[in-house]
Amino acid sequence: MWVWIVCLLTAAPALAEPLCSKEVCDNYGYKVRISIKTALGDKAYEWNESEMFLFRATVAFAMRRYTSDETYNVSDIVVCNKTARVSFWFLVTSPANTAQLVPRGQVEAAVRLSRNRINSAFLLTDQTLQFVGILPTLAPPISYDTPPWLIVFGVVMGVVCAGIITLLLSTLLKRTRSKKNLLETEEEEDRRGSITANGRLCESLREKDPGRGHPDDVHLSKL
Amino acid sequence: MAGWLSIKLAANTLSPTLDMAQRRIQEDERYETEDRPKWDNKVQYLLTCVGFAVGLGNVWRFPYLCQIYGGGAFLIPYLIALVFEGLPLLYLELAIGQSLRQGSIGVWNSISPYLGGVGVASMAVSFLVGLFYNTILAWVLWYFFNSFQDPLPWSQCPLNENLTDYVEECVRGTAANYYWYRVTLNITPDISSSGSLQWWLVLSLALAWSIVYICFIRGIETVGKAVYVTATFPYLVLTIFLVRALTLPGAIDGLEYLFTPDVSWGVLLNPQVWLDAATQIFFSLSLAFGGLIAFASYNPRKNNCERDALLVGCINSATSLYASIPIFAILGFKATTNFNNCITSNVLKLTNEFDIAEKNITADNYDMWLKTLNTSHPDRINSLELRECNLKSVSGTGLAFIVFTEAVIEMPASQVWAVLFFIMLFSLGLSSMFGNLEGVLTPLFDLHMVPSWVPKELFTGIICMVSFLVALIFTMGSGNYWLEIFNSYVGSVPLLIIAFFEITSVVVFYGMKRFSEDIEFMTGHRPGLFWHLCWMGVSPLMLLVVLVAYVVVQVQVQPQYPTWNPSYVSTLFPEAEVKPYPDWVFAICVMLSAVPVVPIPLVALYHLIRRLTHPDESVQHPANLCSVVSEIRMRVTAQRSQQVIIDMTDRSIVI
Repeated sequence: MWVWIVCLLTAAPALAEPLCSKEVCDNYGYKVRISIKTALGDKAYEWNESEMFLFRATVAFAMRRYTSDETYNVSDIVVCNKTARVSFWFLVTSPANTAQLVPRGQVEAAVRLSRNRINSAFLLTDQTLQFVGILPTLAPPISYDTPPWLIVFGVVMGVVCAGIITLLLSTLLKRTRSKKNLLETEEEEDRRGSITANGRLCESLREKDPGRGHPDDVHLSKL
Repeated sequence: MAGWLSIKLAANTLSPTLDMAQRRIQEDERYETEDRPKWDNKVQYLLTCVGFAVGLGNVWRFPYLCQIYGGGAFLIPYLIALVFEGLPLLYLELAIGQSLRQGSIGVWNSISPYLGGVGVASMAVSFLVGLFYNTILAWVLWYFFNSFQDPLPWSQCPLNENLTDYVEECVRGTAANYYWYRVTLNITPDISSSGSLQWWLVLSLALAWSIVYICFIRGIETVGKAVYVTATFPYLVLTIFLVRALTLPGAIDGLEYLFTPDVSWGVLLNPQVWLDAATQIFFSLSLAFGGLIAFASYNPRKNNCERDALLVGCINSATSLYASIPIFAILGFKATTNFNNCITSNVLKLTNEFDIAEKNITADNYDMWLKTLNTSHPDRINSLELRECNLKSVSGTGLAFIVFTEAVIEMPASQVWAVLFFIMLFSLGLSSMFGNLEGVLTPLFDLHMVPSWVPKELFTGIICMVSFLVALIFTMGSGNYWLEIFNSYVGSVPLLIIAFFEITSVVVFYGMKRFSEDIEFMTGHRPGLFWHLCWMGVSPLMLLVVLVAYVVVQVQVQPQYPTWNPSYVSTLFPEAEVKPYPDWVFAICVMLSAVPVVPIPLVALYHLIRRLTHPDESVQHPANLCSVVSEIRMRVTAQRSQQVIIDMTDRSIVI
């Protein structure tokens, strides 16, 4: 009997191994890719065991926040298949029963809820701390009440319409003024016509406007 | 007194149509001194002609042609076409407009009533081209309005409904592509589905026509002032862009790509190159629209039109060359950034797939890594779908609205560059629109087809309104496809035909001798041997060859058009799906080429029938009348001062 207990105890860690097998990871785990150098350039920190510990802690925090009653611990987050890329798979086990794995959907929802907090813990973004399969919630584009282009359009259209109206009005005024002038000169010509018929009026006109008489005199003299 | 008598005697010995000639002189004189508009100064006239010639094609068609035919080699057929085809035709149009003092219909009517159709054809083509040209300006205005935002709207894709990802159509293409085809045009998958009127384009089109109207309100009085800005501003902006573009990374590569000849001089043996060069020069100088004739008709009689023609032609070509430098510098910059982005995304794909440490693969050792990985895991490499990174060349609206807008996003202070670029495009296009509208309005005014109680402003407004309403076709979902049709079919073959008839009418009907005398009167010297040779032989021949070759090439090519079809199942979605034109659309294409040209034989036929049915009506051959009129005109102007004195003395006797 003791042998069996010893065997079970020694086999227990061995039982934990299949957690990182491909089937388990595909069904219950998520792959994470971290690109520190791309995000931070010169200020990049090194990825080591302490950072990994922080990661597991933040995921545990996310699970706690999501479920809000179950107390997850760092030990409940299992990490497998670490690579030099800095990518790995992680699984979440239930705090009550270490053999039971939390379904993918719940993990995804938890990560989604606390994505911001996880990102800022590592000074990374949605693209550089990538959970493969969990889509980042994209920032909605800026929306305006009045689209700015309408404002610019309104301004330009207003200026152009004002210009058209101004030009049309000025042309209209010019035309009516020239028509009035034309009428006046016609009247004068009529008057002059009657003057040529009646010599006395011609003389009186010359008195009134001595300047006008001159050119005629000059031409008379030339002739 | 004696002089006047001598004229009277001389006149009496000529045919009885002389009374008509005298009456016409008096009418024309009165019209010239009082009614015919005039340029304020020579600068206005030159700027207007240059503005008409320099248009959007100088910026987005010439650099493209230069580049696909390998830079330096293309310049040779281009310059040859300029010297033997462009300049003679330009000189001819300016001279004939200046001497006959009428718009396009009036000028050809004066030479011979049988040729009036040439003027009608010019007017029709000007109208049709003006329709779609102003629509392009409406698009430019739309982009201009949208450049006042941060970030620029074509820099990012919009999100889909659940905010999980970007809109698929945008992701598969690029953001600028999506913005052009979906947000701006809202284009339908093919030409048969018309879609609806896009209200934002209708507004932009209304504004574009309003701006054209305000510049045209008092005829060349307002055009002459507007052109100070619209013709000079593009050069300022091109210079600014030149300075900026040359400081961008990758600019030099772009310039090398532009100017290094491709397969050196073998290019010259390709007939397509010559055809493209000849058509480019022809359309670039805006010949056969009737606008140049109209502009020249407002000149004083004594004006050196030979120098004007040389100036305008050379400035046009120089502008094309000057514009291609910043364009290609910016394209080179864009290609470099594209290439870098492409390489970066490929590097990321490799790094993620094989879990290699970050930054081990860089742009420099990318090729080496790819080769090693390909030999060890070829199937995984294939599944990655790594992109090919290279430079593509584009022209036309693609250049301005997609490639250039993408390039502008990468530059710091993008809004400023975008605003400058679109204002430049707008002024380039606006000054060309002046010529188009002038080609429509001047013949109508000259032939007194407008009743005298309709003021000039009202008639101009009516024409603008009618054009706006017809151009609403181009604001529909399928508008871009229709615009391409108008561009290819109206703005090509009809112009070549009209130009051919123009040059043959002047040489055959008007007569080189008379034409040379007119030019001698206007410029002070007869045209040289070079011009004679060109007008009588080289240019008509070249035009005929180009026309025939163009038609042959068009007929051989299946009429197809590229479409933007989001449901194009192939993985190559951003690439256009090429579809053939439906039959009814093709019929419209043929009509668009034929209808503007049909007046030429129709008018000749009409006059022929009239002559045959009314043989008693003495058909004065106006060409003779013209020479008589011009002779008498010359003598009358010399005698005019004497005549005034005589008139005054007559009147004083009465008093």
